[in-house]
Amino acid sequence: MDPLDIARWQFGITTVYHFLFVPITIGMAFLVAGLQTAWVRTGNDKYLQATKFFGKLFLINFAMGVVTGIVQEFQFGMNWSNYSRYVGDIFGAPLAVEALLTFFLESTFLGLWIFGWDRLPKKVHLLTIWLAAVGTAMSAYMILAANAWMQHPVGYVFDPEKNRAQMTSFTEVLFQNTAVIAWLHTISAAFLTAGALMAGVSLWLIMRRKSGAEAMARATLKVGAVVAVVAAAALGITGDQDAKIMVQQQPMKMAAAEALYETAQPAPFSLFTIGTLDGSEPIFSLEVPNALSFLATGTFDGRVEGIDNLEQQYQEQYGPQFDLESYTPNIPVTYWGFRLMIGFGMLAALFAAVGWWAARRGRTPESKWLVRMAIIAPLMPLLANSAGWIFTEMGRQPWIVFGLMPTAEGVSPGVGAAEVLTSLVVFTLIYGALAVVEVGLLLRAIRQGPPEVVVDPFADHGDPDRELTVTY
Amino acid sequence: MSLETLQIIWFGLIAVLWIGYFVLEGFDYGVGILLPVLGRTEREKRALLTTLGPVWDGNEVWLLTAGGATFAAFPTWYATMFSGFYLPLLLILVALILRGVSFEYRSKRSDPQWRRRFDAMIVIGSFVPALLWGVAFGNLVRGVTVQADGQGGWIYTGGFLDLLNPYSLIGGLTTLTLFLTHGAVFVALKTTNPLRDRAQQLAVRLGLVAAVVAVVFLVWSQLAYSGKTWTWIPVLIAAVSWLAGIAANFRGREGWAFIFNSVTLAAAVSALFGMLYPYVMPNVDRALPGMTIADASSSEYTLTIMTWVALLLTPVVLAYQAWTYWVFRQRVDPKHIVDPYAGSLDTPAEAAETGARAREAAGSS
Ligand code: HDD
Ligand code: HEM
Ligand code: HEM
Repeated sequence: MDPLDIARWQFGITTVYHFLFVPITIGMAFLVAGLQTAWVRTGNDKYLQATKFFGKLFLINFAMGVVTGIVQEFQFGMNWSNYSRYVGDIFGAPLAVEALLTFFLESTFLGLWIFGWDRLPKKVHLLTIWLAAVGTAMSAYMILAANAWMQHPVGYVFDPEKNRAQMTSFTEVLFQNTAVIAWLHTISAAFLTAGALMAGVSLWLIMRRKSGAEAMARATLKVGAVVAVVAAAALGITGDQDAKIMVQQQPMKMAAAEALYETAQPAPFSLFTIGTLDGSEPIFSLEVPNALSFLATGTFDGRVEGIDNLEQQYQEQYGPQFDLESYTPNIPVTYWGFRLMIGFGMLAALFAAVGWWAARRGRTPESKWLVRMAIIAPLMPLLANSAGWIFTEMGRQPWIVFGLMPTAEGVSPGVGAAEVLTSLVVFTLIYGALAVVEVGLLLRAIRQGPPEVVVDPFADHGDPDRELTVTY
Repeated sequence: MSLETLQIIWFGLIAVLWIGYFVLEGFDYGVGILLPVLGRTEREKRALLTTLGPVWDGNEVWLLTAGGATFAAFPTWYATMFSGFYLPLLLILVALILRGVSFEYRSKRSDPQWRRRFDAMIVIGSFVPALLWGVAFGNLVRGVTVQADGQGGWIYTGGFLDLLNPYSLIGGLTTLTLFLTHGAVFVALKTTNPLRDRAQQLAVRLGLVAAVVAVVFLVWSQLAYSGKTWTWIPVLIAAVSWLAGIAANFRGREGWAFIFNSVTLAAAVSALFGMLYPYVMPNVDRALPGMTIADASSSEYTLTIMTWVALLLTPVVLAYQAWTYWVFRQRVDPKHIVDPYAGSLDTPAEAAETGARAREAAGSS
């Protein structure tokens, strides 16, 4: 195999894997901070139980987010050295700011939160989890701004002498609309992910009649379900805005998302299609008339460019400089990626809402189907997130930086197929093994349930001979 | 400021980030490697891990920031070094992955085999980077085979085995032994007797070994690769401060020992960066061109922006990290860890088994 293909597989695998943990970290950090705030304000034990219990799940997940993130930081240099050199003047800056501004914040204050229960005043301790949560959201912003620049490069000039892109406006790079909307959409996805997880776990605890957990689980079921439903609405709104921006900046991606070969006015949106996998010869297709026009342009009879047209246009525009064989991304992946993102995400919110309804006003549902739903609900947003990213990144192909650098030119020239393959195999094996360990621990923590008796961790401050409450 | 000034500032700032990384994560690698040596009982092991618990991730971010800053300020260096040192870097990443999850996961079950496995991963995961960063720095100072590609880029044309030369391997032993000593001193500083005494005695012995290795490495670097007289100054500071550290340690002043050790690490990194200058990746054959700061650097605009960012944020980071160390300044006493199995996610059956084993052990001793 070609080192390029292996490098792409490796980047895809390690990044999608990193992003399984990322949205849980971001969403849960805020939810746990909220629960602890509720405890500090009301003194109600069930909120302390919830903070401790979901805090434990959060930390098991966080450890994986950290270690998989370290790989990301160095991968650009290892496998994509040409890319790194070519755009480092622009792309490196948000990455460095991310480390300095947000990774320090997250890691330091989370350390204080985990080990500070018996060392810090109550309100200061509460502040530490909020600072860590804000850190995760800001970290997402920085990296998404870097990614948005790859989707839509702005604020730079090409320097022929050094043969690379150079930054001319940092504020433009950081605050372009592509970055802002991607952040809003991704943060909403993080809240959906954490909300569905919280709702699913809580419903399971209720249905299993876990002793001592009922009051807490009913409260957190409600929190989780409400967060999931609101986040799903936010995803629809931000996604719609995202699509409109995308049509202007990367029209090919929108056409690929719909497998729309011929320019149409008005354009329908197909919910699903049976036929050839790339949708070029549909046998059966369930369509919503005019919907794609609305999604793409905001009017019901807007014109949406088709793949064939765009391909020709790109050949003329980019052909002289880049001479690529095709400017069309992989259609089955983008078409289905787009639908799976929306479908799985919305279904997760629906499940969370149904679970809440079934357990309303002290009811304890018995249905086997509900148990299954409780277990599936937390998994679906993970699939939706992966589908969303795979759509976003594969839809940009064949570019690594849209219109500026083809993916094939980004790889490390001095690194051979054997080396890249070694790292691909090593990471895949380790990640596979760690997934088993992590899921095992999460299941154990869930089965164990929240602590039945909770003692106020701030009660016996100042006694030097006291037992340590939290230790690694 | 002129581009040249900015380039020097950033070369210096990256040295500062490596100093932060070596001073801070240096000790937590040391503690990680010494975990089974110093921690004789389960309580002691958990006490050792608790000394690191609140700080290790924050320490590691110094490395991530060094990586990010190199990417932003010297993209060509970042690109060539990390693609060139591919396999060693892969090993380091694997080590950091295993180590990071192990801190969080090892005490989540009481099964002794589970804990032994994660302990082993902590040891290996701390050992590998402690050794390999020294090897990597050795190779940078010694020079590597690099070539300009004529299109603005540079390529490392050497192989993996070229990185394993005697000089660089001594560099690896240098960081390893310095970090081991630094870790033992940290334990002495953060725990109570008998752990404290044991760590202190070990620190003296390790310190003497490290002194020999480090002097050989730094003097060899200075004589063979520096080409500048002034780099003798940090080399000497490093050596004197290390001896002062050993003496302080011997007299039971572990706070001073920790400070002296940190000064040594800072001086050693400064010496190595001083020897590198004006290159970031010199050619092993000095007659051939190597990659200089100017070849590698970002534009004036980017460096200016990044300088402002660093000036604004670094003091804030230093302040809250220092505060963390202050909050957790108290010594960790293994006696206060009443139940070494607290917090594990055992099923009731497993918990009963652990209880029975513990009673049996208590009965037989
Ligand atoms: C939308 C959010 C998002 C995205 C797209 C990425 N990350 Fe990430 N990353 C986070 C959001 C995040 C986070 C929420 O901040 C994490 C997750 C768990 C954690 O500890 O922090 C994190 C952790 C994390 C860490 C460990 C930090 C530590 O030690 O505390 C590193 C080095 C990276 N990431 C680097 C990257 C790089 C180079 C990416 C690009 C390919 C990337 N991440 C994609
Ligand atoms: C700022 C963050 C990100 C950056 C800078 C980035 C950059 C890149 C780069 C350099 C590649 C390799 C070129 C290619 O094969 O397309 C790539 C591919 C890919 N990325 Fe991203 N990415 C980011 C975030 C993500 C995230 C969070 C995910 C998903 C969880 C993701 C999913 C993928 C996938 C699936 C590929 C493979 C696409 C393919 O092979 O065609 N990316 N991205
Ligand atoms: C009506 C619903 C939705 C619409 C219209 C929508 C639209 C979009 C669009 C157009 C993109 C591509 C952005 C780009 O390449 O510029 C995208 C990306 C993405 N979507 Fe969605 N989406 C919806 C629902 C969801 C749901 C439910 C989830 C997850 C739970 C989700 C997660 C993501 C993620 C993680 C990305 C990649 C990050 C980004 O570029 O923002 N989306 N979405």
